[in-house]
Amino acid sequence: MDKFTSHTGVAVPLKRSNVDTDQIIPAVYLKRVTRSGFEDGLFSAWRSDPDFVLNKPEYASASVLVAGPDFGTGSSREHAVWALQNYGFRAVISSRFADIFRGNSGKAGLVAAQVDEKVVQRIWDHLDEHPGATVTVDLESRTVRAGEGPDAIVDSFDIDDYTRWRLLEGLDDVGITLSHADVISEFETSRPSWKPLTQH
Amino acid sequence: MAKTLAEKVWDEHVVRSAEGEPDLLYIDLHLIHEVTSPQAFDGLRLAGRPVRRPDLTLATEDHNVPTIDWDKPIADPVSKTQVDTLRNNAAEFGVRLHPLGDIEQGIVHVVGPQLGLTQPGMTIVCGDSHTSTHGAFGAIAFGIGTSEVEHVLATQTLMQAKPKTMAVTINGSLPAGVTAKDMVLTLITHTGTGGGQGYIVEYRGQAIEELSMEGRMTVCNMSIEWGAKAGLIAPDQTTFDYIEGKPEAPKGADWDAAVAHWKTLVTDADATYDEEIVLDASVMTPFVTWGTNPGQGVALGGTVPVPADFEEEQDRVAAEKALEYMGLEAGTPMREVRVDTVFVGSCTNGRIEDLRLAAEIIKGHKVAEGTRLLVVPGSVRVRLQAMEEGLDKVFSDAGAEWRGAGCSMCLGMNPDQLTPGERSASTSNRNFEGRQGKGGRTHLVSIPVAAATAIRGTLSSPADLEPVHVEA
Ligand code: SF4
Repeated sequence: MDKFTSHTGVAVPLKRSNVDTDQIIPAVYLKRVTRSGFEDGLFSAWRSDPDFVLNKPEYASASVLVAGPDFGTGSSREHAVWALQNYGFRAVISSRFADIFRGNSGKAGLVAAQVDEKVVQRIWDHLDEHPGATVTVDLESRTVRAGEGPDAIVDSFDIDDYTRWRLLEGLDDVGITLSHADVISEFETSRPSWKPLTQH
Repeated sequence: MAKTLAEKVWDEHVVRSAEGEPDLLYIDLHLIHEVTSPQAFDGLRLAGRPVRRPDLTLATEDHNVPTIDWDKPIADPVSKTQVDTLRNNAAEFGVRLHPLGDIEQGIVHVVGPQLGLTQPGMTIVCGDSHTSTHGAFGAIAFGIGTSEVEHVLATQTLMQAKPKTMAVTINGSLPAGVTAKDMVLTLITHTGTGGGQGYIVEYRGQAIEELSMEGRMTVCNMSIEWGAKAGLIAPDQTTFDYIEGKPEAPKGADWDAAVAHWKTLVTDADATYDEEIVLDASVMTPFVTWGTNPGQGVALGGTVPVPADFEEEQDRVAAEKALEYMGLEAGTPMREVRVDTVFVGSCTNGRIEDLRLAAEIIKGHKVAEGTRLLVVPGSVRVRLQAMEEGLDKVFSDAGAEWRGAGCSMCLGMNPDQLTPGERSASTSNRNFEGRQGKGGRTHLVSIPVAAATAIRGTLSSPADLEPVHVEA
């Protein structure tokens, strides 16, 4: 996993709440057996509409998504995170994320930055005035930044300490856990014998 | 210290805890299917890691498998690739697999309980959000993403921050004809789709205790639809009776030891939850959704809501969008909504009790002209049991399609899909835009409502049906 310290990129306002993972990537796109190539399915239903925000030329190279509350609800599909990443997104900003989506993001290296609802609104307003403007998501200082001068938006975002540390270090979970393999083995010796097995 | 049920089960599974880090939780059962596992096995292969506990792992084919012609090669090339990939991975890594054609094949959340692998006090995970279903047995069960699937395969553990706990107490008894599905749809509309976020929810109270295991599974299944991490119910005699004698249930002295432990899995009298919700079952009625998330619901006797009536701006906008997508006029009585397809199945309502109830209502009736009824058993075992009881004949005589086991139209990954604009009454759990096929319009309903709707062609309950004429 690549390290993430800070990212500045074109931000795209997605002014919808409750964007569920079926909208992020519909089930028909889930049939691949690799982790790449999901960008075609990203928001596919909406992207068939030429007025959909991602279709606007000023957002062609967008890498920060600024969405309404309850982003990533619904199915557990991690493909939603991969689709966002495959498309080029490095961070999503929202006032509330669904738990599974947030977890999946942290594991795959996409930063899910949770900010106050007012901050989302201010960034949206800023992007409306300056389409194609960039937003910075700084994981080191846990801040989002947009604009310059007196009207600049600078605010902190929430992300749990552990996920932040892993993202900053670019660490893979399995490797971290396997360093505790002896503790796991010890735990296994104390499991009751009546616990079910799938193979005998 | 007094603990809630969820805290007891959690604490029993903590392998390692350290300040500022999530707990390392041991996983008792890991369920796998073809859609969310390929990339996880790929990760293992790349890193040269084995599956740590193949004997705590079980795979089935369910999400995209066909429900007709399942004995022929899968026609959709991509589905075929996923299924083949699962078969290869299971063989390579030594994982037990129930493939198409096997008697234990079916929806992973139907198969676990019917095998007796789902037991109280366990931790159960699967790369599928409706893993919460298994909570009905007093297990902590939740959906995980593919990276986590890989993590569990490699380590049999998961790193998890301990969630908060919530009690949903449902007092009173459900009126006749009102089911667990109505109960959970009512709850979700009451709390909103984000109401359970961050919590493991314990469902309790008289109405929950009175539910069958199937009903409890229906309730726990939909925990995720109101944002909960997991939902669970304290095990009791109903639970023990359901498990006893199942193929993988403990036997003899093991059974006694297990039951003795399971009986301790109740929330201590003086334990406290972080949050509590109380509802009254006795005032519940058949409940259906009108919108595009499971929290947009209304009593079947009600009308399509007027967006302007919602207090919150966000809800108003969401309602307007939903009505447009659903092609519904505000104020229309729900009972007047015409339905093209009725889907009976899924891990929410695809078990034998569900099929029995549907058959009981449909018996002697015909599916309405212009409506199709698709009955998809949750597993091959459910299918065979239903056929032994003659339920398949009841469905076919009524003009329904009797299918093979799988997820089918619940998520429209196989050929069972709605066409654009087509409207369904579905016993599944999600009514998201396009969930059952691009442009499809879904109303979530209970089994009785699905059955009655199939017969009348409009959203209905059994109370709306003409009595069947029985020949003397
Ligand atoms: S039936 Fe539906 S909800 Fe259940 S596992 Fe299958 S796709 Fe998921």
